[in-house]
Amino acid sequence: MKLLYFAWVRERIGLAEEDVMPPAAVATVADLVAWLAPRSPGHAAAFADPARLRAAVDQAFVPLDTPVAGAREVAIFPPVTGG
Amino acid sequence: MIRVLVSRDAIDIAAEVERLEQGGAVATFTGLVRADDGVATLELEHYPGATEAALTRLAEDATARWSLTAATIVHRVGPMAPGERIVFVGTCSAHRAAALESCAFLIDRLKTDAPFWKRETVEGTSRWVEARAADEDAAARWS
Repeated sequence: MKLLYFAWVRERIGLAEEDVMPPAAVATVADLVAWLAPRSPGHAAAFADPARLRAAVDQAFVPLDTPVAGAREVAIFPPVTGG
Repeated sequence: MIRVLVSRDAIDIAAEVERLEQGGAVATFTGLVRADDGVATLELEHYPGATEAALTRLAEDATARWSLTAATIVHRVGPMAPGERIVFVGTCSAHRAAALESCAFLIDRLKTDAPFWKRETVEGTSRWVEARAADEDAAARWS
């Protein structure tokens, strides 16, 4: 599974993207965030407050309780601020 | 006709309006970088691919809902200075009400539905701009 990070999530983690193979117990985006948090101090800082995170699965915006089974690309980022 | 463009280049308003002239009424909105609180530069990050898809979906929704003959969304990314154009939205329909309403719909929904992030630099310190609850409220009135 390819992960993409944007804005301060990217900056805190220090990576724009990474490839991971989460275990089967990781069912949703929220599970994925919890599983990723201990990977590094940067991940822990980025994912400390999941309420401040938004996500897209295969480029579609989704709530964090969305399943990730079969997803090719998951993006995790702060609330958007365009326009 | 739907036109969606995400670009680092300056927005050419005259050319964009001319492309939209495909019916009796054209409405446009242009957003400029504000110098609020001493902002010196604004940097826009986006999610390539997903951004264009989200903007295209919005333009398609507006076209179907208001029977538009043309809809354009142009958004700049990269570094910008106060006063520069950051976003342009335009619609064309047979009559003014549809053009004006759909133009408001597009800019309201763009703010919550498209993956852009603003970073502003004030007196040498840069910070990510926080999302505003008022933008969520403005987008929600169209659902």
